[in-house]
Amino acid sequence: MTDLIAQRTAAPISELDRGRPQAAPGRPGRPRRRSPGQSAWWALLFIGPTALGLLAFYLWPTVRTLIMSFTKSGPFGGSEFVGLENYTRLLQDPELLGALRNSAVYTVIALVGIPIAVAIAALLNTAGLRGRSVYRTLYFIPVVTMPAAIALVWRMIYNGDYGVLNEMLAVFGIDGRSWLTDPSTALVAIAVVGIWAGLGTNIVIFLAGLQGIPDTIMEAADLDGAGPIRKFFSITIPLLSPSIFFVSVISVIGALQVFDLVYMMLGANNPAMPNTRTIVYLFYEAGFIDNERGYAAAIAFLLLLIILALTVIQFRLQKKWVHYE
Amino acid sequence: MKMKSTTKRITTGAAAMLAAVLGFSGCAAAGGDDSGEGGDVTITYGMWDQKQEEAMKEIAAAFTEEHPNVTVKLQTTPYKEYFTKLQTSVSGGSAPDVFWMNGPNFQLYASNGVLAPLDGDGIDPADYPEALIDLYTYDGELYGAPKDFDTVALWYNKELFDAAGVAYPEAGWTWDDLESTAAALTNPATGQFGIAASQYGQENYYNSIAQAGGEVVSADGTTTGYDTPEALAGIELWTDLIAAGSSPTAQQMTDTNPEDLFISGKVAMFQNGSWAAGAYADNPDIAGKVDVAPLAAGAEGNQSVIHGLANVANAKSAHLDVAKEFAEFASSQAAAEIMAATGTVIPAFDGTQSTWVESLPQYNLQAYIDALDTAVPYPVSKNTAAWNSIEGEILSQVWAGSLTPEDGLAQLAEQMQAALDAESE
Repeated sequence: MTDLIAQRTAAPISELDRGRPQAAPGRPGRPRRRSPGQSAWWALLFIGPTALGLLAFYLWPTVRTLIMSFTKSGPFGGSEFVGLENYTRLLQDPELLGALRNSAVYTVIALVGIPIAVAIAALLNTAGLRGRSVYRTLYFIPVVTMPAAIALVWRMIYNGDYGVLNEMLAVFGIDGRSWLTDPSTALVAIAVVGIWAGLGTNIVIFLAGLQGIPDTIMEAADLDGAGPIRKFFSITIPLLSPSIFFVSVISVIGALQVFDLVYMMLGANNPAMPNTRTIVYLFYEAGFIDNERGYAAAIAFLLLLIILALTVIQFRLQKKWVHYE
Repeated sequence: MKMKSTTKRITTGAAAMLAAVLGFSGCAAAGGDDSGEGGDVTITYGMWDQKQEEAMKEIAAAFTEEHPNVTVKLQTTPYKEYFTKLQTSVSGGSAPDVFWMNGPNFQLYASNGVLAPLDGDGIDPADYPEALIDLYTYDGELYGAPKDFDTVALWYNKELFDAAGVAYPEAGWTWDDLESTAAALTNPATGQFGIAASQYGQENYYNSIAQAGGEVVSADGTTTGYDTPEALAGIELWTDLIAAGSSPTAQQMTDTNPEDLFISGKVAMFQNGSWAAGAYADNPDIAGKVDVAPLAAGAEGNQSVIHGLANVANAKSAHLDVAKEFAEFASSQAAAEIMAATGTVIPAFDGTQSTWVESLPQYNLQAYIDALDTAVPYPVSKNTAAWNSIEGEILSQVWAGSLTPEDGLAQLAEQMQAALDAESE
């Protein structure tokens, strides 16, 4: 399984240790404050298990993928170095453009989930709301449900002949359609499920952010005569911006990596596939159907670069709108 | 094609080191391992059909009876994931000792040295249909012991035929009969269709292409057959049925499995492989309502494709001799009789087929055996999967009506030929 790709390493590690002071090289003869040898051992002991896991299951597969992307691999291992061949072929692949477009559309739709989650979190945070924990549980259930089960249930909901969605639309006199096989709706239909399934996590993060906003600020705003709408946009949103930023980074990464929903909801020979095939689905087809692991590795690496670039851009832009207290 | 193995050696070496450091080395030794006591041996047997588990358990038990020190452990993986998992586990060295193989994948595994040739005297090729021995022979050596075979026939719902006052399908039917009967059994008011013209190769268009006198791929697996008028006729049989409204649309059949439509009485006729017989007999909703007839004939006859699975031995098995022996045993006459009696599949061992036909006397299963006379081989090449995915994708546009059959087949022929050319490089 080491061949599987760990794209998650695109996470902004560099940002986390931004505040760390430069390690000063200890000069000989200078008195040391503490025995560095001893504390280094302790540090190693604590970091060790995580670092080893990270090394074995994330970093190593990533390195392997990079190596693989320059090779032509046999279906059962064994490989031949081919230089940049996979990459030049990839850039000329007509399916790549379609997959990039589909992934981009999916990501944009998936971002709609953020304002929805903020709104629901704000409502759930209203003082004196009854049955709050019931709502929270309801919103969180999709997160702990197996993706396969989610896909199965939504396939039935979207069914053109017998689906609940079309039955409901029929009540209002609207003619439904085969949502998952119509090329114009399939990607949106899947993205809606993606938003729904991820809502719970985002709400929890936003709730934590909301509860971190000091009451004193709100009270001061009340005294100044600010209404609830004004307070929401002028106080809540700016103070929640670190959480919003975090969720948007995670959402973009997650959306670009979407595969399971496409794989399980569309099924084989779906006529809407050209309009729904995402980058990771393209990767799956190359690696596991066409038996071209090297080419698949090149796709995975291209995706890694795209995610990296988008994440860096987001970190650059955050200075313009994210307020840290 | 020579693969350089330096990178592999370096990486596997490093991986082994890493595994040792982490203390995960135990994971690497999956598959058959000795318990060490009295030469006891456990081998694993990979398969995908849950319906055959009972028969396979019996066969495994019969093998243990002959070889008391051997235990066979069944490992069932759903078909959808079977070959993805198998390929990964072969690369990782944890594949089952003996496992099921099908035609489209066989040459890929055999040509890469994954399978051990069955060169002993435990198997006599004369005991099996020739088409199946050919299917599992690579470079002059037999790698697979044919386990079963399947041909295709036409299932129909007697209740729906009776209600419409239409005569049942019968031997000697032509495509015209099929089309007119399908139209007669279609009733938009009740959402009932005459037939399901689903985009299935083995069940539908591989047969009709042969019936029209065409072929999907040349016998040597090097040339596409999609650029012929015969292939076009074979495809248009189905797209015309959809266009006439006698079949659900491609969209409807993607949303709802066409077999479910047949089982629930929304579709009157459904072409299906012999594997379906056992499932229909076990399903109380339709067991008594359906029967089966030979396929309808096109310009060249009523050919059915024949395909069968084989038991193959993993060349890297720790107990290769036992593995080979079990692969052969699981396809032997004794095993075939056990399998035939369950009615799940037609055993490949000659002479045991009648047991299968008699296992479900309520159906005209002889139709499947009679199909052997004119059966054509299932289309395969060295890397069948590569052009199968092209085929599936382009035909899905043809079935949905966004590409005309002419344009679709022209594209398909061109891309499939490119894939076939790449194989022989």
